[in-house]
Amino acid sequence: MSNKRLWSLLALLLVLVMLVAACAPAATPAPAADQSASAQDTPAEEAPAQAPADTSTDAGTYQIPTTEEGKYNVAFVYVGPHDDGGWTQAHDQAREFVENNVADVHTAYVENVAEGADAEQVIRSLARKGFDVIFTTSFGFMDASEIVASEFPDVDIIHISGFKANGENFGNLMGSMENMKYVAGMVAGARAKADGNPKLGYIATFPIPEELRLGNAFGLGVEETCPECTIDVRWIFTWHDPVLEKEAASSLFDSGAQVVMTGADTPAPAEAAPDGKWGITYDYQYNCTNPQCLTSMYWNWGPVYANIVDQSRNGEYVGGWEYFDSDTGGMGLFGFGEDEELMPGVASIPEEDLAMIKETYMKFLSGELDRFDVFSGPITDNQGNLVVPEGVSLKQEDLDGFKEFGSECETCMYWWNENISAELPSLD
Amino acid sequence: MNLEIILHAGIATGTILLFATIGELLAERSGILNLGVEGMMLIGAMTGFSVSLATGNPWLGVLAAMIAGGILSILHAVVTINFQADQVVSGLSLTFLGTGLALVLGEGLTGQSPPLIPVVNIPVLSAIPFIGPIFFQEQSILVYVGYLLIPLVWYYIKYTRPGMHLRAVGEKPEAADTMGVSVYGLRYLYTIVGGCLAGLAGVTISLSVSPGWYSAQTTSGLGWIAIGLVIFAQWNPVRAVVGAYLFGALQRAILDLQGPAVILGFPNPLFANSNLGFFLKMTPYLLTIVALLIGSRAAMRQRIGAPAALGVPYIRGERGL
Repeated sequence: MSNKRLWSLLALLLVLVMLVAACAPAATPAPAADQSASAQDTPAEEAPAQAPADTSTDAGTYQIPTTEEGKYNVAFVYVGPHDDGGWTQAHDQAREFVENNVADVHTAYVENVAEGADAEQVIRSLARKGFDVIFTTSFGFMDASEIVASEFPDVDIIHISGFKANGENFGNLMGSMENMKYVAGMVAGARAKADGNPKLGYIATFPIPEELRLGNAFGLGVEETCPECTIDVRWIFTWHDPVLEKEAASSLFDSGAQVVMTGADTPAPAEAAPDGKWGITYDYQYNCTNPQCLTSMYWNWGPVYANIVDQSRNGEYVGGWEYFDSDTGGMGLFGFGEDEELMPGVASIPEEDLAMIKETYMKFLSGELDRFDVFSGPITDNQGNLVVPEGVSLKQEDLDGFKEFGSECETCMYWWNENISAELPSLD
Repeated sequence: MNLEIILHAGIATGTILLFATIGELLAERSGILNLGVEGMMLIGAMTGFSVSLATGNPWLGVLAAMIAGGILSILHAVVTINFQADQVVSGLSLTFLGTGLALVLGEGLTGQSPPLIPVVNIPVLSAIPFIGPIFFQEQSILVYVGYLLIPLVWYYIKYTRPGMHLRAVGEKPEAADTMGVSVYGLRYLYTIVGGCLAGLAGVTISLSVSPGWYSAQTTSGLGWIAIGLVIFAQWNPVRAVVGAYLFGALQRAILDLQGPAVILGFPNPLFANSNLGFFLKMTPYLLTIVALLIGSRAAMRQRIGAPAALGVPYIRGERGL
C-alpha cells in the first residue's frame, strides 16, 4: 500500500474511532449479562445445554442476552456499567430484587448502551429475542423505547425519567427525587453554615427539566438552613463519565465550594472532596462510604419494578405516566434510616438544624410533605422574577416539562432558584 | 476561575498524555506506528490498579502496569516486524484486544480503593511564585517522573549514539542495516518501550490522577489523543510535552470557565450559554483530527518531519523505498 494511501486510511479510521469514542465512550462489548444471578437460579449445566439453541446475538457491539423458557423474562438496558456505584447500580440492585422476589422470573441486562440509535437496536433485539418486559433506564432511551414499543405491542417497555407514554405497552416511570434533594440541600446548607463557608456546588448533566428540577429542589432546601448560601454549577453533558465527574467536582471545590452535590451517576463529589470539605452522592444507597460523604440521595427501585413485572404478567400493565412520591419507600437518604448511622459530617451539624432536617425527612417519608410542598411559593428565580407566588404550588406538568417538548406547562421548569449562580440560554 | 489551579490540574492530566505520547513517539521514530495505545493504557490501568489492591504497594502496581503494556505491545511487534503485516490494522486490533481483556479482567474492581501513588511537595522549588504552585506543589510523584523523562528522551534521541540508531532505523532502515544496526531488534525494543510507557500512562490514571477503575471510561479516548499529539508535536519530544500539558489544561479549563459571570471585564459567554460547553468538550478531539489531516498529507508530513520509513515494514534484502 502506498504511503500516502496508508495515511489517509489511518486518518479516516482514527476520525471514525474518535467519533465512536466521543459519542459512546463505552461502546465496547458488554459482557454477557446476568451470569451471577441466573447461576443461582438455574442448575449450572442447563446453560451449556441450551447454548446451541439460542446463542447470544450481537446488536452492533452489544451482546444481547437470551431468554429462559417457561419464565417471565425481564430485560434492563443500562446507560453505564452495572457496578458504577450510582444510578445504574441502583437499577441493578432492583433487578436482583426482582430476580429474587418475583416467582418464575428471569432477568438480564445490557450495560453501557449509548443513547440514540444504538439504544434502539438493543431494545429491538431484546424485544425480538422474546423478553416480556424491558426497562430502559436512561433519559436518552426515550424515543428508542417509544419506537420499539410501537413495533412490539406484546412487549411492555417502561422508560425511566422521560416524559412519553402511549397508553398501552409503553409507559413512563419516575419518582420525586426532588424531595430527597430538598432535604439533602438542608443538610448541605447546615453543614456549610457550620463551617462558615457559604458556597456550594452542583454537578449538572444536561439542561433538561429533571436536572433543573433537582437542582432547584436542592437550592430550595439550602435556603431553609442557609439563606446566604450560593450554589455554583458545572455542566458536564454526560450522565456517566467518572473521570469528568471527578474533575468537575474538583473544579467546584477549587473554586471555593464547601459541599458539592451531583446529578450524574457516580459518587465523584465524595471521592474528590479534600479534607474538611464534603460531597453528597446520588442514586445508590451504599455509595456513601468515604468519610467526606455527607449522605446519599438514593433510589430503591426494587419494589416498584417487582410490582410492574407482576402487573405485566397478569396483563394489567397500562403504560402511562407513573410518578411515585417518597411515601412509597422508593427513595431515601443514607444515614437517616432506622438501622443506619449518620455520617460524621452530618452528626456534627448543630442540634437545632439537625432536628429540623430529621423532622422534614420523616414528613416526606410519611407523605405529610410531597413534591408539591417542595415547589410551593414564594419562589424567586435568579433573574429576580417571582416564579411561584405565595400560597401557590407548581403542578406536575410544570415540574417535568418544557413547552418546546410539547408540555402543557404554564410555569415550565426552565429557571434557576435565586441562590444558584448560573444562567440558562434562551430556548428559541 | 484561577489560572494557577487550571494549570496545576492540567499538568496532572497532561502527565497521562505525556507518557503515552512519548511512548508512541519512540515507537514511531523507529518506524513502527502503534495504534494500540488506548488498549495498552487500559491494560496498564487495570493491571496497576489490581496489583496495588492485591499487594498494598502502588509501586508494584506501576511496575506491573508497565510490564503488562510491554507484553501487549510484543504482539504488535511480532505481527508487524516478523510478519510484516499492516501496522494500522494490527494496532487497531491491539486496541480492541487490550480493551476487551481489561474489561473482562477488571470486572469487580470498580469501587475498590487500593493504595495510591503519594502526592508530594518539592521543597524550595514549590516556593517560587506562580511556577511553584503549578509544577511543584501537591503533585503526584509520577508527575515529577514526567519532568525528568522529557529532557532525558530529548537528549537521548538527539545526541546519543543509540538515539542516532533509533532515528536511522526510522528514516532509512536499509542504510542502518548496512551499517550493522539491527533494524528488527531496535524496532522490537522501541515498540516494547512504547508499550511500557502506555502502560505507565494507564496506571497514572488509575492510581494517581483520577484514581479508580471505570472500565473503558478510565481512559475515555486519551490514547487516541496521544497518537494525535505525536503528529501535533512533529515527532519532537519537547513539543509533545507542551502539547500534553496544554491538552490536559484544556480539559480542566472547560469546566472552570463555566464559573465566573464576568472574565476580565467581559461577560462570560460560557456562563450565559452553558450549551457552548458541548463544543468545548469537542475541542481536544477536533484538534486531534486537524493534526491527523495534516499528518496524512505526504508533502506536509515531509515538511513536519515524520520518520520516512514510518509504517513501512522492513524486509531484509529487498530494495528500500
